[in-house]
Amino acid sequence: MSTAQFLKAAVNEIRTRQGQDELDAMDFLELLREKLKLVEMDQSFISRAVNEGFSGGEKKRNEILQLAVLAPRLAILDETDSGLDIDALRVVANGINRLRTPDTATILVTHYQRLLNYITPDQVHVLYNGRIVKSGGKELALALEAHGYDWIKDEIPAVAPLGAA
Amino acid sequence: MTPVAPPVSRYLAAFEALEGTGAAASPAWLHRIRHDAITRFAEQGFPTVRLEDWKYTNVAPIVATAFQLADTVPAGLPAQAIERFVVRDPVAHRLVFVNGHYSATLSSAAPLPGGVRVASLAEALSTDTALLDRHLGRHAASEGTGHGFTALSTAFVHDGAFVHVPAGVRVTTPIHLLFVATAPAGPVLAQPRNLLVADRGGEATVVESYVGLADDTYLTNAVTEVVLGEGAILQHYKIEDESERAFHVGTTAVVQGRDSTFTSGSIAVGGALARNNLGVLLAAPGASCALTGLYVLHGRQHVDNHTFIDHAAPRCTSRQLYKGVLDGRARAVFNGRVTVRRDAQHTDAHQTNKNLLLSEGAEVDTKPQLEILADDVKCTHGAAVGQLGEDAVFYLRSRGLGEEAARTLLTYGFMSEVINRITVEPIRAQLDSLLMARLREARAAKETR
Repeated sequence: MSTAQFLKAAVNEIRTRQGQDELDAMDFLELLREKLKLVEMDQSFISRAVNEGFSGGEKKRNEILQLAVLAPRLAILDETDSGLDIDALRVVANGINRLRTPDTATILVTHYQRLLNYITPDQVHVLYNGRIVKSGGKELALALEAHGYDWIKDEIPAVAPLGAA
Repeated sequence: MTPVAPPVSRYLAAFEALEGTGAAASPAWLHRIRHDAITRFAEQGFPTVRLEDWKYTNVAPIVATAFQLADTVPAGLPAQAIERFVVRDPVAHRLVFVNGHYSATLSSAAPLPGGVRVASLAEALSTDTALLDRHLGRHAASEGTGHGFTALSTAFVHDGAFVHVPAGVRVTTPIHLLFVATAPAGPVLAQPRNLLVADRGGEATVVESYVGLADDTYLTNAVTEVVLGEGAILQHYKIEDESERAFHVGTTAVVQGRDSTFTSGSIAVGGALARNNLGVLLAAPGASCALTGLYVLHGRQHVDNHTFIDHAAPRCTSRQLYKGVLDGRARAVFNGRVTVRRDAQHTDAHQTNKNLLLSEGAEVDTKPQLEILADDVKCTHGAAVGQLGEDAVFYLRSRGLGEEAARTLLTYGFMSEVINRITVEPIRAQLDSLLMARLREARAAKETR
């Protein structure tokens, strides 16, 4: 199944449920071309089978394309930056930036500051043992990069890990 | 004298009646072939489940039905009746057969390269005697293809398609052979008999489509013999879309010369009971064949694909990919047998059969068989029967697709691996929309349940 076939089915399912008309092949192709440009991706991408023979970086870019086409109100991107070389990282980050709107939210899960060189977060939350233990603005991420996590652990009262009795 | 079962004697009587008319006696070479065949049929009868090759396909419903031999084209069949089966651009040449008989009015000719013959077998029987005498009935005689149905076909051989591509000629546009069945007045037996010959370096694409005009009961007993000379290339497609109350027994016997290439795409979507026999004899060094198949079944359909590849010479290659999608209480059989003879060193044979079961009631019997007598060969085979991957369903659902939509899309993806290999675009598109319609229908049924 090609990426285009899969995305067309998904878009039309979502449109149907939102009470909109389905897109025909031509309209969908137009939408897809526009989004491909937005995420700086090649046309050949869309005729390839979903996740078949994709490199790690291509899979991530494919996810960003899906994000662009499906336009969810909330996107959770879990370690979208792992295994990416610097060029792919920039493409992925630019994609996320361009898809930001006042009406949508994105939760980025990452272990590194690296991705945040390209994406400026509105909020930073630190999760520890399944709980948010510290929240702040973009400067929190910079502090973490400079000082590591240990100072936060020292700061917080002893918290039992989730699930521990 | 051995007593014969009434179903067999019915055909023997029909043969005697034909003999009585006198017309059947000439030409002598043909009469001999037919006579030998009826003798063989009297001995073999119809195959039974006691034969290993027919273990999972019981043809008792065929044996029990009193079919009338279709002896002429039903009069007055208008062109509109077959319009939905007709494919155009880039199909060069279309021969239409109704109940096994050539219909000149429904057929459509186009210019062909010099020396290429595309004609009805009935015509060729008098114009291309030497070639027919050499090949007709000679090849569909191996273990996989020489069963009682083939003998029955040969005994009554009268019409079908004849294609001859002379040495070095390339026919670039496909030749479409459309076999239409209609039996509004009761069960009919149609027995088209085809011979496709490509001489040294000849090249062609031939599509055989078997379709039913209405929801009739009939039996198509089709036999196609294919002869490829040195370096010849044939792309062959067989589309079986018979009425879902019909029976279909299709036998294709291929003999390949040195360095020749045979590509086969066999799609089965119709019929109540269908059996495809495809036998390939790789008779000379360097020959290669690639067989793909797809069967998509629902309701109580039963489709059986038997392939038999005989690696009889060194350095030959065979590839097989058969895929099946079964819903309802459908049943499929795949039996792929590859024999590598002792002298067939450097054989490269690969076979895969994958089945997707969409319902509890569907059932598949798959049996890959390898018989290797040579010692320096590369042979693999594999078979799989399973359901849709739940991870894949989840992936699609997480992107907004509903449960049934996700399953439909994945099923389509499974089938399209075979459909996308069809290089004749109008045929590919026709099948694609047929399968899409069937998926939509199944999805609607599941969603309203």
